[in-house]
Amino acid sequence: MPSTAASPCPALEEEPRALAVLELTLRAFRSYREARLTVDRSPVVLTGPNGSGKTNLLEAISLLAPGRGLRRAGGGDLQCRTSAEPWAVAAHVETSAGIVALGTGRDPEGSPTGRRVLRVDGRPVSSQQALGEHVAVAWITPTMDRLLAEGPGARRKLLDRLAASFDPAHGGRVQRYERALRERLRLLRDGVADTTWLGALENDLAQTGVAIAAARRHLVRQLQAVMPETTSAFPQAELALEGLAEEALDRTPALVVEDHFREALASARREDAAQGLSSIGPHRSDLRVTHPVHACLAAHCSTGEQKALLVAIVLAYTRVVTRTRGLAPLVLLDDIAAHLDSLRRAALFEELTSLGVQAWLTGTDPEVFAPFVAAGAQPWTVDSRGLMADTLYR
Amino acid sequence: MADLSPLDHLTRLLARVPGLGPRSARRAVLCLVKRRETLLLPLMEALKTVAEEVRVCSVCGNLDTRDPCALCTNPKRERHVLCVVEDVADLWALERSHAFHGLYHVLGGTLSALEGIRPEDLRLDSLTRRVGEGEIQEVILALNATLEGQTTAHYVSERLAPLGVKVSRLAQGLPVGGELDYLDDGTLTAALNARRTWS
Repeated sequence: MPSTAASPCPALEEEPRALAVLELTLRAFRSYREARLTVDRSPVVLTGPNGSGKTNLLEAISLLAPGRGLRRAGGGDLQCRTSAEPWAVAAHVETSAGIVALGTGRDPEGSPTGRRVLRVDGRPVSSQQALGEHVAVAWITPTMDRLLAEGPGARRKLLDRLAASFDPAHGGRVQRYERALRERLRLLRDGVADTTWLGALENDLAQTGVAIAAARRHLVRQLQAVMPETTSAFPQAELALEGLAEEALDRTPALVVEDHFREALASARREDAAQGLSSIGPHRSDLRVTHPVHACLAAHCSTGEQKALLVAIVLAYTRVVTRTRGLAPLVLLDDIAAHLDSLRRAALFEELTSLGVQAWLTGTDPEVFAPFVAAGAQPWTVDSRGLMADTLYR
Repeated sequence: MADLSPLDHLTRLLARVPGLGPRSARRAVLCLVKRRETLLLPLMEALKTVAEEVRVCSVCGNLDTRDPCALCTNPKRERHVLCVVEDVADLWALERSHAFHGLYHVLGGTLSALEGIRPEDLRLDSLTRRVGEGEIQEVILALNATLEGQTTAHYVSERLAPLGVKVSRLAQGLPVGGELDYLDDGTLTAALNARRTWS
């Protein structure tokens, strides 16, 4: 991967208000054989035709935080098809601790679809948690347009991704919980009536499951608390977490909830074996989002209103991160203009500016972003010739 | 495979060793060829000896040239404490620490329904047999803090419960040299739960 050991970016004089990517270098990543983008703290607007590689840049930034990035792609998908080099993404990111060099990429020693390697200030790190200590990212992509209307799985994933910004161990806990669920279900499906083994797994499920539920519940409360601060054209989404463990935590100590969950899992064995599923636990919980004006569930709102609710959630998250970590997160908004009318687009630009966040926005029409660029956003053009700082706006 | 040169054949074999990829395997082969007398031939001899003489200890599951192994037959080892580990590599790690002077029992893996590793695939019967003989007073479960490790630890403790032996596990929490500010919530909670009286 490109070297990330030395920082060529001088420290900026004013205290930062937000995380900011100051330099992004790609090698053999998606459509890019080689690319480098040097920017300042201001928001960045990337415009260009469809398929030019705008979203690939956002995806590269999303890989600087724990997880599989905004497309949840496997390592093989990230590899540039016209390059034999292993893919790599490196960045200099301004954080509260100064400028940190972060890098990730395919292990040159591993298989093309193998594990990612990670570097922080030139040193290899084994866990993605190390990235989470430096970077928090939120994003909205067109694939999330129906997130509030579809099944609850996508909303749980959104919550877990946001919760990991505050507790980097949350992602590991979710993985462990899901693996324990699969282990238990395999035993039940195979008819293994080993109550000691099942009990051991259910004990782990109870501990990790309640910890996951508690983290989600805490996050939702924090988001709801700052929602009234969104005074713009975006609806102040009403959030509620539905789930047995989450609701029990409102009135019972966590250790007692663990005991109840453990007992419930043991009681549900026969039914789960018959149905071939895991019927209880935080993997069945849901985030219910209600539109405050229409007083109806987000799923029943128009596509535009759903997008506005999603933006409201991301703006609330930005406020919570700013308060808890001292710096606003990076915000990636892919094709954000779709489904937002001109009033809401203007309101979004205003919110992002007042929050001081380094947002990365993409779109096909530069005109849409002209007011944002006039307010200080950095315009770049992405097309078949590559990346160019756009002077057309100025 | 028949068309492979001896060097390619060796490279492919080395690349199958954990921790070595194709590139480092090639580097290793080049190094071996360049250092024929001082490295390649002694390595060949050592591999041959290991292949012919090393076997699994029928008592504890350790690897040694004799059975029972040197640890099991060492009269200086404390015979009332038994440390249960997943793999021989874990036994070696504990031996390197010089902190444990008792006997070992290598399970040979951890329970995993998804990977098809069941209780009968582990050395659990020989463990209960050893503990049932009465000399062992404490069993220390030195298993990884992973889901599989902790599930297996829970399982083993349940299997040993009827035998009335004391069962303990390694502490989890603050690492030596660790700073509280850098600990994740799970580790910090484990450290608080496993706190000890100042002595």
